[in-house]
Amino acid sequence: MIEIKDLHKSYKTGASSLHVLKGINFSVKEGELVSIMGSSGSGKSTLLNILGMLDEADEGTYTLDNFPIKNLNEKVAAKYRNKFLGFIFQSFNLINYKSALDNVALPLYYQGVGRKERMDKSFAYLEKVGLADWAHHLPNELSGGQKQRVAIARALASDPKVLLADEPTGALDTKTSYEVMDLIQGINDEGKTILVVTHEDDIAHMTKRIVNLKDGVIIDDSRVNQVRAIENV
Amino acid sequence: MFSLERWEEIFDTIRKNKLRTFLTGVSVASGIFILVILLGVSTGMQNGVQSQFQRDAANRISVWTGVTSVEYKGLNPGRRIQLKNRDYDLADRKYQDQLEYKSALYRIWGGLINYKNESGNYRVEGVLPDYQFLESATLTDGRYINYSDNDEYRKVAVIGKKVYNDLFKDKKSAVNKFIEIRGVLFKVIGVYTDPGGEREEARVFVPLKTSQKVFGAGEDLGGLAFTLPQEENFDQAVKTSQEFTAKLAKQLKESHTIAPEDESAIRISNSLENMKTVYDMMRNIRLFFWFVGIATILAGVVGVSNIMLIIVKERTKEIGIRKALGAQPLSVIGMILHESVFVTTIAGFFGLLLGMLLLEFVGPMVETDFISNPTVNFQVAITTVIILIFAGAIAGFFPAWKAARIKPIVALRDE
Repeated sequence: MIEIKDLHKSYKTGASSLHVLKGINFSVKEGELVSIMGSSGSGKSTLLNILGMLDEADEGTYTLDNFPIKNLNEKVAAKYRNKFLGFIFQSFNLINYKSALDNVALPLYYQGVGRKERMDKSFAYLEKVGLADWAHHLPNELSGGQKQRVAIARALASDPKVLLADEPTGALDTKTSYEVMDLIQGINDEGKTILVVTHEDDIAHMTKRIVNLKDGVIIDDSRVNQVRAIENV
Repeated sequence: MFSLERWEEIFDTIRKNKLRTFLTGVSVASGIFILVILLGVSTGMQNGVQSQFQRDAANRISVWTGVTSVEYKGLNPGRRIQLKNRDYDLADRKYQDQLEYKSALYRIWGGLINYKNESGNYRVEGVLPDYQFLESATLTDGRYINYSDNDEYRKVAVIGKKVYNDLFKDKKSAVNKFIEIRGVLFKVIGVYTDPGGEREEARVFVPLKTSQKVFGAGEDLGGLAFTLPQEENFDQAVKTSQEFTAKLAKQLKESHTIAPEDESAIRISNSLENMKTVYDMMRNIRLFFWFVGIATILAGVVGVSNIMLIIVKERTKEIGIRKALGAQPLSVIGMILHESVFVTTIAGFFGLLLGMLLLEFVGPMVETDFISNPTVNFQVAITTVIILIFAGAIAGFFPAWKAARIKPIVALRDE
């Protein structure tokens, strides 16, 4: 599903340049649930941004579902993001003046799906994350865990190939974190490919594979026995 | 661009951001409102000044006399100058080819006039037939004085509409009725109106020779009045009339032995010259109002773009989210512009409507000599609204374009 070869990325800060990713080789197969771990500054977020087409690599190749992702202009990047990827952010990034349902419907709006179908689909996804009763509430009327569920429903709405989650539990307490992870595990069980960036060990162990990043290189990439989140709730 | 989906999205955004929308709207609406009022007042002033000048023929040249102020050829200052019939005859003969209308006049101040039981004091003037046109008078009944009336010393009178209203309470035609002027019977031959209003209509005209004879004036005249033929070119007309005025003054001063530099003995007022001053002033006023108006619009445009900038700044994160979810740059630009143009349009027309309503209802209530009937040219107003919307869109485009170029990664970065 994801193929990365010899990926480099550096940021210019004034005169000096900061080499963040120093040759990443990495691949993810369909249906995998992978966590990318590392301390801050290890490059894990940069890697995720590149995977999410929010940022571009300086060197190396990136193939997503057999599409080479290279030199995309804004228009094509937007189209690919919409078609291939679903984002889950640490700070949820819901549009605060739109109801939960409208937030979930947004990717479908950009896909050009008609209103009726859009709303039906969105409602189904909200139901899936257990928030059918909250469909018409604004984000600020929801708890952190509920907001993240809306965000997950939104990420799923466009039926993407890959879900990218950047510290999805970073702003949540332990109990809520496990509930969200349970939801993510459930989605993975249905066959969706998911990448989770985290720095929490327990969250990482709820995935099936941990990739450890340090100073811009992968120092460890190993499969783990998945801990079911539901057991810890 | 005009899909239903987009409209739903816009209305959604507007509904959820009422204050922002309201503020944008108010700034646009007040700009247009002020402009409409300014244009209205400007037109009103123009109308007002113009009506002040419709009293007499626009190119009338009037001559009257005073006392000398300069010693000349052994004659002491303080001498009263009296115009005589020969002054008029000489001017008439000399400038015959140049003149359009001409008349000499003799005035009796406070002529007591009786008709049946009604009476009143009115200005009585002995004039020649051309005087009708010099006064811009229009007859509503009967005829004006003609040359035979004058030559045959007929006791006939043309009365103003106010005189008619005051004296002829029965509202029957005044023609062929007899009125008493200072105890002498005159037959009414006509009634006139004058664009100058009541003050100008409270007068009675009789033939010049009749007035001189009946009121014992001999050869004396109260003044002279002339017009020159209309000319295509206004500046040329002013120049011609100034030349004529100068020649006339010189001739009159010579025949009355007045120092050439004496300004008080012979007075000549040239309407055209005055009008030029007023027209220049009016043009300046109009320019000033346009300047203020354009400045107002500019301020409005700056206001709109300022608000647009703030909106874009405020929505940076939202735009980042939208882009991460697959919004294309063009759709972001479209969304922001569409919303702003929609808001400016509604607000612009609201301001226009409010301004026009105010002019419509308050305008007629304004009663001063200098402002009358303040209106605004609807086409001009609509044009300004369109310009404002267009300028607002242009001004809003750059922030929108900037917004579309925001990298989602930057917009989404947690602060």
